[in-house]
Amino acid sequence: MNQYPLWKNLLILVLVLIGAVYALPNLYGNQPAIQISAVRGAAVDDATLNSARNALEKAGLATTSVGIKNHGVVVRFNETDTQLKAQYVLRDTLGDQYVVAMNLLPAAPEWLASINARPMFLGLDLRGGVHFLMQVDMVAAVRQAEERYVSDLRGTMRNDKVRYQMITRRKGGGLEIKFRDASHRKAGEALIAKNYPALLLHELDDARMLWVELSKKELNDTRKLALEQNVITLRNRVNELGVAEPIIQQQGNDRIVVQLPGVQDPTRAKEILGATATLEFHMVDAAGDAHAALAGKVPPGERVYRERNGNPVLLNKRVIVTGNQIIDASAGLDQQSGSPAVFISLDGKGARKMLETTRENVGKPMGVVYIENKVSSTIVDGKRVRTSHLVQEVINIATIRSEFSKRFQITGLDSGEEARNLALLLRAGALAAPMEIVEERTVGPSLGQENVEQGFVSVAIGFVVVLIFMAVWYRAFGLVANLALAVNLILMIALLSMFQATLTMPGIAGIVLTVGMAVDANVLIFERIREELRNGNSPQASINAGYGKAIMTIADANITTLLAAIVLFAFGTGPIKGFAVTLSIGIVTSMFTAILGTRAVINLIYGRRRISSLSV
Amino acid sequence: MRLFSKTTKFDFVGKRWIALGFSITLMVVSIAAISIRGLNLGLDFTGGTLVEVGYDKSVELDDIRKRLSGGGFEDAIVQYFGTSKDVLIRIAPHQNLNSTNIGTRVMDALNSGGNEVNLRRVEFVGPQVGDELTEDGGLAVIYALIGILIYVTIRFEKRFSVGAVIALIHDVTITVGMFAVFQLQFDLTVLAAVLAVIGYSLNDTIVVFDRVRENFRKMRKADAPTIMNVSINETLSRTINTSLTTLLVLFALFALGGEIIHGFSTALIIGIVIGTYSSIYVAGTAVLALGISRADLVPVVVKEGAEPEAQSPVRRG
Repeated sequence: MNQYPLWKNLLILVLVLIGAVYALPNLYGNQPAIQISAVRGAAVDDATLNSARNALEKAGLATTSVGIKNHGVVVRFNETDTQLKAQYVLRDTLGDQYVVAMNLLPAAPEWLASINARPMFLGLDLRGGVHFLMQVDMVAAVRQAEERYVSDLRGTMRNDKVRYQMITRRKGGGLEIKFRDASHRKAGEALIAKNYPALLLHELDDARMLWVELSKKELNDTRKLALEQNVITLRNRVNELGVAEPIIQQQGNDRIVVQLPGVQDPTRAKEILGATATLEFHMVDAAGDAHAALAGKVPPGERVYRERNGNPVLLNKRVIVTGNQIIDASAGLDQQSGSPAVFISLDGKGARKMLETTRENVGKPMGVVYIENKVSSTIVDGKRVRTSHLVQEVINIATIRSEFSKRFQITGLDSGEEARNLALLLRAGALAAPMEIVEERTVGPSLGQENVEQGFVSVAIGFVVVLIFMAVWYRAFGLVANLALAVNLILMIALLSMFQATLTMPGIAGIVLTVGMAVDANVLIFERIREELRNGNSPQASINAGYGKAIMTIADANITTLLAAIVLFAFGTGPIKGFAVTLSIGIVTSMFTAILGTRAVINLIYGRRRISSLSV
Repeated sequence: MRLFSKTTKFDFVGKRWIALGFSITLMVVSIAAISIRGLNLGLDFTGGTLVEVGYDKSVELDDIRKRLSGGGFEDAIVQYFGTSKDVLIRIAPHQNLNSTNIGTRVMDALNSGGNEVNLRRVEFVGPQVGDELTEDGGLAVIYALIGILIYVTIRFEKRFSVGAVIALIHDVTITVGMFAVFQLQFDLTVLAAVLAVIGYSLNDTIVVFDRVRENFRKMRKADAPTIMNVSINETLSRTINTSLTTLLVLFALFALGGEIIHGFSTALIIGIVIGTYSSIYVAGTAVLALGISRADLVPVVVKEGAEPEAQSPVRRG
């Protein structure tokens, strides 16, 4: 009766071995590294590799390895100090075409990486870095949407000769239009209802007044769009920061979480996150000589810009439309030619100007200029100096094929990829709504390292203490329980590594707590076995009865702790979630090792023999 | 090695009035402390800014206070954090202070004077987030208790679930009360610990209840108080052992885990000690007081269809 069939023993063994393999990367730890990747068109090749290598050698910074991997150059270091200094050296050497990002890469050997075995993902309080929670001002987003409608409505009504006296914003939300008289109001209503199905119209008591409201769906869409556009903008910005593995996510209805591991200077991060960028549309002077202009001969009323690939271009100084007037941009395919295109929607004001310009310039090229205020830091004489410079480049030149106003498309793009990038840039050009930082946590790298060490020591000591206790209290059975505990720890680490769940300080505390509680299941079983023996049952029967009776109690008890962990996970944020995750995983693995694992071992030891007493 | 060579025969149930007195005293003290003295709420609930800095050698707090005043932070709370070289600075949320660069400004104020100041961490929690975390925390505890009420009712019987919840409320109140009495900092990790205590204490209580149910079926002639006594005695060894191993591990965490989870380990230690005590006395006593009897647990022949399959004798713990 105390025998497990072979398949069961094998299954347990296989699971434990898989766990051991996936827990292995954690032994190797992480290494500070720098990843160099190319931005928009530049390539990473041996030339880049060599210039990086030479620059670091000249600066006297020791590397453990430099190589090309996955379209990027990866440089590994022994210490974080070297990594920090190397970052500035490489940025200065390689310039704007490359993004230099700091990262912690696993130091595990290749074969582990190929089966996707990675070390646990360390949270900010263990790695060091910056965490922001930003709140999008939804009221402002809605107000901006209403403003756009005001100018749109004005244009539409003027075009159709509906006479209104004024359009104002209403206190509770929405717009109020005062028409010249009741008949104009009727005409206006019909016009608006036809052109703007998303607006709700209410007639007010005064026969000349109309209350225009955004429908609930429209409001929700506006808010959602504002949030999404801000997330995209932030993501672009963070890429500029050169942070590897950033986390930028929506949280709730109106908040965005930004986590930047490895960033030591929150001020710079904040500057870049809040940087403003915008777009401008200008007419291109195709006839002019751009190269001559570079040399100094710029025709009046024009300016030289550079395209992304470096080519000079002459643009008319007059701004046709700015990025603020772009409501939406999406990538797609041109209906006639099937080639990649970007579809753009402008607001009322932009549409009017675009109409004027395109009407007069059919067949001529128009350029899109991307303007950004970049802030960068360099080390001058040992001190950090922050400089900001304006980046202006022409990201796209397209020929105007016919007049258009509100909605138009840009074709002449190389690929779907380029179309998507352009749409992204156009959307991300301006923040859809202002944002405010409502929570910020920065952990310096030294504290992060300390926390990891302290956490490790507590787990180790806690583990040893329990080992001693179990061996003394329950003798041979106690040793079996200890084995189960060790396997439990390995399985926990393996699961955490496989799910890449974030490990935080409270998460480590959760692991320590699980070590203490994991023995509980075994204690229940062993106490039952002792009781059965006391009642005079034979050893084999006692083992069987002990395990059998204890299981329901174990299940009950663990489920309640699991309940508490689930509630914690649902309501907790960040570090608390980490605790809930390790607690939950710990409960599951401890049930596995305590019930199945120890039983398998006990069966192997005591199973087929005749025994007179149990060492319990 | 074992603590008790035979099943013990302590008369827990007989002493229950003393225990009741003890519990009530603790509860009263806790509630009084929470309402009158109030909890020393951490940053996560109040909002504000927290800056942790480290120096190379010991520093005087007054010195730091003077520097901060000079920088415009007159009412900053300054205290040691672990050793006399580590200092924690807390700045309450202010309407007109621009919250986004308080960390930098604090560092500037401290740096004046040429001391080597090492910034370890900065935490800023805006007031709305603080309010939300407080609300969420309270809700979490309430939802956990409700979930448990439902679960225990399903697994056992409604008197048991009431008894379990009374024991849990008892544990939570006294743990939080101790924090109020000793003015220990109550932050999010402590709240997480309180929830863990709920899960853990319930663990204990259920083991006892399981035994009670089993004994009600086995011991046909005994009355409810006797059965309760026997059950508690039978599970005593296991209860003490489990609490002992968990406490051992927690003491390791308390001593070596570092300052940041100090509150967490303290809350867990208090919670588990009280939780063990409550599993022995409070839960069982409450169930007795509510008038449990064999009829509630063991299906009577007449009511064959009424009792769910879950109560069949095969399932024992």
